[in-house]
Amino acid sequence: MIDLMNVDYTTKIPNNVDLASDRQVLKALEGWHPGYLDWWNDMGPEGFQESLVYLRTAVSVDPKGWAKFDYVRMPEYRWGVLLAPQEEGRKVNFGEHLGEPAWQEVPGEYRAMLRRLIVIQGDTEPASVEQQRHLGKTAPSLYDMRNLFQVNVEEGRHLWAMVYLLQKYFGRDGREEADDLLRRRSGDEDAPRMLGAFNEATPDWLSFFMFTFFTDRDGKMQLESLAQSGFDPLSRTCRFMLTEEAHHMFVGETGVGRTIQRTCEAMLAAGIEDPSETAKIRALGVIDLPTIQKKMNLHFSLSLDLFGSEVSTNAANFYNAGMKGRFQETKIDDDHRLTRDTYAVMKMIDGRLQLVQEPALTALNMRLRDDYVVDCAKGVERWNKIIEKTGVRFRLELPHVAFHRQIGEFKNINATPKGVLVDDATWQNTHDQYLPSTVDGDFIAALMQPVAETGQFASWIAAPKVGIDNKPGDFEYVKIAA
Amino acid sequence: MATATLIKQHVIDPEICIRCNTCEETCPIDAVTHDDNNYVVNAEICNYCMDCIAPCPTGAIDNWRVVEQAYTLDEQFSWGELPAQEELGERADGAIEALEDEVSALLEEARRGLGGKPVAPSSASKPTVNLYNRGKPARATVVGNYRLTAPDGETDVRHIILDLGQLPFAVLEGQSIGIVPPGATGAGEPHAIRLYSIASPRDGEKPNANNLALTVKREPGGVCSNFLCDLPKGAGVEVTGPFGATFLMPNDPAAHIVMICTGTGSAPFRGFTERRRRAMPQAAGELLLFFGARRPQELPYFGPLQKVPESLLARHLCFSRIPGEPRTYVQDKIRADAERIARLLRDPHTHVYLCGLKAMESGVDEAFADVCRGAALDWAVLKADMRGGGRYHVETY
Repeated sequence: MIDLMNVDYTTKIPNNVDLASDRQVLKALEGWHPGYLDWWNDMGPEGFQESLVYLRTAVSVDPKGWAKFDYVRMPEYRWGVLLAPQEEGRKVNFGEHLGEPAWQEVPGEYRAMLRRLIVIQGDTEPASVEQQRHLGKTAPSLYDMRNLFQVNVEEGRHLWAMVYLLQKYFGRDGREEADDLLRRRSGDEDAPRMLGAFNEATPDWLSFFMFTFFTDRDGKMQLESLAQSGFDPLSRTCRFMLTEEAHHMFVGETGVGRTIQRTCEAMLAAGIEDPSETAKIRALGVIDLPTIQKKMNLHFSLSLDLFGSEVSTNAANFYNAGMKGRFQETKIDDDHRLTRDTYAVMKMIDGRLQLVQEPALTALNMRLRDDYVVDCAKGVERWNKIIEKTGVRFRLELPHVAFHRQIGEFKNINATPKGVLVDDATWQNTHDQYLPSTVDGDFIAALMQPVAETGQFASWIAAPKVGIDNKPGDFEYVKIAA
Repeated sequence: MATATLIKQHVIDPEICIRCNTCEETCPIDAVTHDDNNYVVNAEICNYCMDCIAPCPTGAIDNWRVVEQAYTLDEQFSWGELPAQEELGERADGAIEALEDEVSALLEEARRGLGGKPVAPSSASKPTVNLYNRGKPARATVVGNYRLTAPDGETDVRHIILDLGQLPFAVLEGQSIGIVPPGATGAGEPHAIRLYSIASPRDGEKPNANNLALTVKREPGGVCSNFLCDLPKGAGVEVTGPFGATFLMPNDPAAHIVMICTGTGSAPFRGFTERRRRAMPQAAGELLLFFGARRPQELPYFGPLQKVPESLLARHLCFSRIPGEPRTYVQDKIRADAERIARLLRDPHTHVYLCGLKAMESGVDEAFADVCRGAALDWAVLKADMRGGGRYHVETY
């Protein structure tokens, strides 16, 4: 009997999909493996490939077995193919095929569509590793360094997850796509990554935390929608990826939260009440709250672009075909076909931002984006609670969805974070108030001094409330010169 | 019993939780729910299955409060931070070593010689406790049952290997499991659960196998020990646990570990030693064992111990009934090795563990006191300090 819960480590590629008896796919993956390792060594975390990192590895996809912690050298991390357990009698839960048994093979008519969905998702995984590869050198603590590397190896595993689907279900096309995933590079002029936000630089740790909070949260929403898929292997893959993605949300939310905490504490200790006294606050070696707001504005707006056009026939097709559902599809109480429903979409009409009813099917991107905004807002509220608790008077706010957009309805307008439309000249004169300026960037860059003593943290960030795997404060999360 | 009215309530720390929904998704019986503010656990539904613990990315999920009355959902929804543990006096002290009162009471009794609140070593891995309980035991299969004592030995001590099959059963060295003997007492009550220390390291009796070993002494008339010792290969047995959250091995390779035991009290130390051998054979920390028995014939693992290199495990075997030889107890060898013991006790990396019969406690305590006097140390102060720092541990029965 094949063992679907526990991970098989007898093949070179740990898996719970019985690769040992699927020779063809095993061979294809083994052929891809050296290229992956080359990519990891070239484009993975720079300068720490020999270090021992206290990482989490799944030994089983059962809830009790997927968080095994130990010291690992990153290139020796057991990247594998892990799918959530198959649900007996699972059905297609939305679209034209509602109620049919979930597909275990790719339906011929949806082959191209599905491949594209998987490639787009897959392309984001190595991209963020590339974007973050220089950050190890300026880590504010060993704890944070370890969290960065955990995020990196898991993004690597997510690439494996998508590549497995390509190799297993898409034959030669799939193999070519898998190779291309290793060929493209974030920010490369000739072969960039497919989505804009994944070609932006992640120059400092605050950007990294913002990225994991905002951009990885887009990943969470996308994975959640794909976990609804009627193509069962995709659903099972994404369900397991979501449990890992949650760690990335954690790194982002607590990273920004700890930065805020430290800023407020430093302000209090120095007797500074006004958060806008940025020069004085920066002199304390912490990041002023208005700058944190600007960083938030930038990363939120870049991440909104990842949802694509508000009104999209592609999204409708994916849904109709049963390939990509809505966020928590099965928890929504409606007909799960949406052919007669409408959804309110914000658009630019007659020079004004207005809500208009659109067919619900074509407005699915908008709906997912709305769910995303709600999810983000809850995290921002937690940050505000941290500020409130210290007594500092300041509130962080998500900018308007029309602010600083490159894709969709608002790409040709200038809106302030409050959603006020302004002309080009005004925008040119004021955008430094809303987005991080070069000066802001230089200041943050100057703060990014590495701290590698156990239990110590850089001046600009507070220690976490609890350690990873409940480790004590002075635990050596990374043995750098191992 | 006073503890009967207390509840161990599973709670989530709202300051650490990031609302990722993993726990709610994972919970097989929908005990986890949320509002716009918090994720919370319904005390009326939660059955301590622990499925949600490992997947939580933040650790927010792994919080417990001993309460007289459970916090309601509405109370939990309103929290901005976790309420402190209420003062319930001695009834709720220390780490939660088990979620069942029956087992907690056994462990409390075993730790009594400690003289204070037990604290885990700072570098110990976080243990999982109570994955399985009497109501929902794990079914293990006996894959080995060997006599450890010599054929002419006066006692029958056995090495029993249990395989957990596909069941998740994460253990750490020093933890115990419960055995549920089948059948009922004369009064028709189910038999009490017995605890046995795990004698194998965390990755299994056989590396990376989902099995574990126990060291069991056949007690005349003992319900559970006779049941276990008589189990043939292939037999099934119901187990609970794992239990214990303080008597754990330090992960720090620099930790020195002084282990003092008699008889089957050697079980956890076999686990400690094997863990060191497998995971960190070059560790800087020393392992030092004091092991007492009547004669070599009655000393469990006497044969295998001869093969363990002295560089990995320094040891003193102490025999009290060899004809024609003076009776030697563990405390005698501690005194005889005073110089090394004093050096180790001065070292902040040193951890001391006692496991075995209660009768050895006072003798060992006096021996440590003597060694300390000779080295200008105050054992009473040092012991309390080591206990508070998770470096002094007792498990006796």
